[in-house]
Amino acid sequence: MPLSSVQASPTRIRLPQWASPAFVVGGLVVLFWLAATLVPSWIAPYDPLSLAGRRLQPPNATYLLGTDALGRDVFSRTIHGAQHSLPIALLVVASAVLIGSAAGAISGYKGGIIGAAIMRLVDITLSFPPILLAMAVAASLGPGLGNAAIAMVVVWWPVYARLMRAQVLEVREREHVEAAVAAGAGHFRILTKHILPLCWTPILVSATMDLGQVILLAASLSFIGLGATPPTPEWGAMISDGATYFYSWWIAFGPGMAILTAVLGFNFIGDGLRDYFDPRSSK
Amino acid sequence: MSVAETTGPASAAPLLRIRDLKVGFSSHGKMLPAVRGLDVELSKGEVLGIVGESGSGKSLGMLASLGLQARNAVVTGSVVFKGRELIGRPRREMRALRGSEISMIFQDPLSSLNPVMTVGDQIREALVLHNRSMTKAQATARVLELLQLVAIPQPDRRINQYPHEFSGGMRQRVMIAMAIANNPELLVADEPTTALDVTVQAQIMRMLRDLKEKLGLALILITHDLGVVAGHADRVAVIYAGLVVEEAEVRELFANPRHPYTRGLIASIPKLTASKDKLYSIPGAPPMLGALPEGCAFHPRCSFAQDVCRKVAPPTVELGRHRASCHFAETLPPWGEPARAAQSEEPAHG
Repeated sequence: MPLSSVQASPTRIRLPQWASPAFVVGGLVVLFWLAATLVPSWIAPYDPLSLAGRRLQPPNATYLLGTDALGRDVFSRTIHGAQHSLPIALLVVASAVLIGSAAGAISGYKGGIIGAAIMRLVDITLSFPPILLAMAVAASLGPGLGNAAIAMVVVWWPVYARLMRAQVLEVREREHVEAAVAAGAGHFRILTKHILPLCWTPILVSATMDLGQVILLAASLSFIGLGATPPTPEWGAMISDGATYFYSWWIAFGPGMAILTAVLGFNFIGDGLRDYFDPRSSK
Repeated sequence: MSVAETTGPASAAPLLRIRDLKVGFSSHGKMLPAVRGLDVELSKGEVLGIVGESGSGKSLGMLASLGLQARNAVVTGSVVFKGRELIGRPRREMRALRGSEISMIFQDPLSSLNPVMTVGDQIREALVLHNRSMTKAQATARVLELLQLVAIPQPDRRINQYPHEFSGGMRQRVMIAMAIANNPELLVADEPTTALDVTVQAQIMRMLRDLKEKLGLALILITHDLGVVAGHADRVAVIYAGLVVEEAEVRELFANPRHPYTRGLIASIPKLTASKDKLYSIPGAPPMLGALPEGCAFHPRCSFAQDVCRKVAPPTVELGRHRASCHFAETLPPWGEPARAAQSEEPAHG
């Protein structure tokens, strides 16, 4: 269906701006996982930590996604897993946005030695593959979701610093900023009232998409044992469990699908937001 | 102008006196002079027109005298406002001065307004910046008053709207309201009507004129439009390649221009009565910053140029309150309809 294509083309007509099909699907998926985060017991039939039945049962009517090696319900654990992934992702992205935007804004506005120093730090951080740097930081802090979160903020803030700096560099040169200077406004006011409010759009789009990426990174860290510790029903950790029982594919299937849908959902929302904010899309 | 008047301009201390203002940019170790010596002064309540081509340094010079130059610009000279030297003044003090005693209006009113702040908030900000003790209610009352002053209909509704909901002329009115919010004594209008329709231009200019009378402010009108200057300025300074080449009362300047460049500018104004199909234009193009010609900067384009013009920078010749930087300021042929016509006859190259 060409009309629902996410790719931008100048001749495309879309009905309500904000409601592209991908955006709606992404929104529904994310809403589902939000519900799972807030009230998991309304969705999950069993307790995620206690034994629900015989071990290693394949999916059936009672145990929708089967049971794991200890006899716990995989479906219930997957639903409860949202509690460990979504809040962490939100926290990590929020912190990274705050730190990164502040650093990028200062670097872009002030320039000079301070600005250059910040950007070199950003370059250094970004020159490492994210997973390697996150592993190194997480390993040095010790296992646990909290430490994994810190490691992910360390990896992620430079992305926003770059983005924000580019925005500030552009907006800084606009005439209304000069007009504000001519009206006698000081640096702090110019930055916070006349520059930053015009810079948030790409940050918001990028942050939404990164929520999915951070969920993936958190799961990866847990998978290699640097994130959540057993028996926490964290998606990465569960997949790691499942890898041990390779022929009981369903143990990894649940959390795997959870990660897949959550990441896709946030990406779809991010895409939708980008289309919405893009001045080149029809208005 | 009477020849006896030799004491020079304005015996009373002027509101603003710019002396030998230079603005340069260092590029690859070389200094590029953008403004090579701006000399103007302005009394209270006076309107000074500053005229020049794009890139002549007219805006740059005025911005630099308010401390608004680019980071890599080097500014020297003297700018005295109400007895205070502005060049080299700490940035804090300049900030306190800008927007309260000296205000500016810019060329493009849309890009000069913050798109994500309501018009009311922006004017309020201009007020509160210089009156920290003002309460929100006081500020709002003053904003409404200002919007009324610049003739914006339904100010109580307009105050909560964003710049994109305003038309071009209305936006420029908002800019003016911001500029006069703190009762400045000097208003610098940098091409205030260039981005506007002709009819709106007239409205805006009339409004600036009225406000000047009402508030007693001095106005510097930076423009490339001689028509605007002829209609609204008291005195005119013509700038070429970073130098004031001629300065005079507006009538005197148009009746008796003493610099060939000014003559060329006046001759290029389209005339309703002329029945020619080609408009006169000054041949050639303004010089590049890094490659100013020797002698008089205008000589390559000047039809009066002699050998001396190619070697020696011209002195400033004072003819009463009229001054011009030309070797032949006093000996140029008289300027009248025949001379003007003759100038217009010249073929326009390029």
